[in-house]
Formats: sequence, structure tokens, C-alpha cells
Amino acid sequence: MNNSDIQTEIYSAVDIVTARQRGRALAIELGFDGADVTLVAAAISEIARNIVDHAKQGVVVMNAAYEGGKRGIKIVAKDEGPGIPNVVQAMQYGYSSRKGLGVGLPGAKWLMDEFDIVSEIGVGTTVTMKKWLSK
Amino acid sequence: MQVPILKQRDYLIASIQSVLSDADMLQLRDNLAARVGEFRSRGIIIDVTVLDLIDSFATRTLRAIAHMLKLRGAETVIVGIQPDVAFAMVQLGLTLEGVGTALDLEEGLAYLDTKTRKPVHEQQ
Repeated sequence: MNNSDIQTEIYSAVDIVTARQRGRALAIELGFDGADVTLVAAAISEIARNIVDHAKQGVVVMNAAYEGGKRGIKIVAKDEGPGIPNVVQAMQYGYSSRKGLGVGLPGAKWLMDEFDIVSEIGVGTTVTMKKWLSK
Repeated sequence: MQVPILKQRDYLIASIQSVLSDADMLQLRDNLAARVGEFRSRGIIIDVTVLDLIDSFATRTLRAIAHMLKLRGAETVIVGIQPDVAFAMVQLGLTLEGVGTALDLEEGLAYLDTKTRKPVHEQQ
């Protein structure tokens, strides 16, 4: 079992692909099955894209997660971008500030079991999300 | 990685060979828009069988490609969306509204044959 952090620096759209492929590999290693692996990769893709679109650069850190008797994957996306003025609004499906379909952040939340976003103007945004193995 | 575009009768077939970056997808859009004019194509098949994920950006770009090509007088059909990919798209609420889809290349060709069939009075 891999207990170390897998860290992907996000500078451009190419890094989105790298992050989600690493996430896919980790999810498989942790025992997720086909459909869930794709859901994890999709969630990573959306939050990494959020970094590229709004903060220009940031980092996605993934590792194994344990809580109570549960095992799963934890993904943290962190940037030091401008921050999100209205997180509640940003989490509304279909709300898009500039580009995209406005499904990125709310979409990622739907795909995962736990989703938390902390954002401060001028400081940055941190998204923490987890998905648990069902068995 | 560039997506090869093959000409087959009145159709173009863009067969995606590997995971695409955003830039690759935009390149595909521009190449198809140009080729449709060059070959006077009436239908386009985009084969996404190898894609392990179609996220919001990819969905938006595929939609944009289909709508652009429609404005150029051609029908687009997306073929080969894998079950897990379709599942993730549904979970994300992503739709390919107004874009033709088919199971595979063969079904895609059949779809285009129906969509681009000339009216009876124009046939021999």
C-alpha cells in the first residue's frame, strides 16, 4: 500500500492530464473498481482545471486516506490564486465566472464522498475531497 | 499528439489515438473545420474509443466542434464513448446535446448515411 503523497504541480492544461492519470493509478492501487476510478479521475480533472483557469498555478496532492474503518483516497488541490469571492455561488451548478460550463467544482463534489472548499481573497483556494472504498 | 483525419467517401473520420491535452482538442477542432471545406465533407465521425475520460472541457470542445461543423454544412457523430466515461459524464451532468452519438464506427457511418441522405428527387 502506498502511503506517500503523490504531488503534481499544476502550471498548464497539460498538467491536468498528468494529475488525473496519477490519480487514476493511485485509485487502482488502492482497490477502487473501474467506474469509481473514472469518477476519481474526473473529479481531479475538474479541480485541476479550476486551478489552471483561475489561479494559473497550484498543486494537487493525493494519498491514501483512512478514517474509522474506512479506506479510500484523499485529494487536495491548493493554489495561491486570487481566491473565490463567493464560494456558495461558485458551488452552484451552472455558475461560471468566466470560462467553462460551470460544472467543475460542483461536479467534482458530486463525484466524491466528501468535499470541502476553503477560499480567501488574495490568499488562495484549497479543495479537499475524499472517496471511500465501498467494500 | 495530432489526431489523424481520414477521408472516406463524403465523410471525415478523426480517430483519437491517445489521451488529448486541451491544446490537442482545439487543434482537432481547427483541423476539422478546415478539412470540411477542403474535401467538401458532409459528415464527420470523431472516434473517442481510447479516451478514458471526457471532462467538462472535452465535452464543451466536442460540442463546439459539432456545432461549428454544422454551420459549415456537415453532420458530426461522436462514436465509442466507453461505459465508465459515459457514467462519469452523467454524474458530472455533462451532456452532448445537439450532437450525434453512436456506439462504434460502423454505427456512426450508418448514422451519417441517414443524416446526410439526399432527398429522393435528387437521387438518380
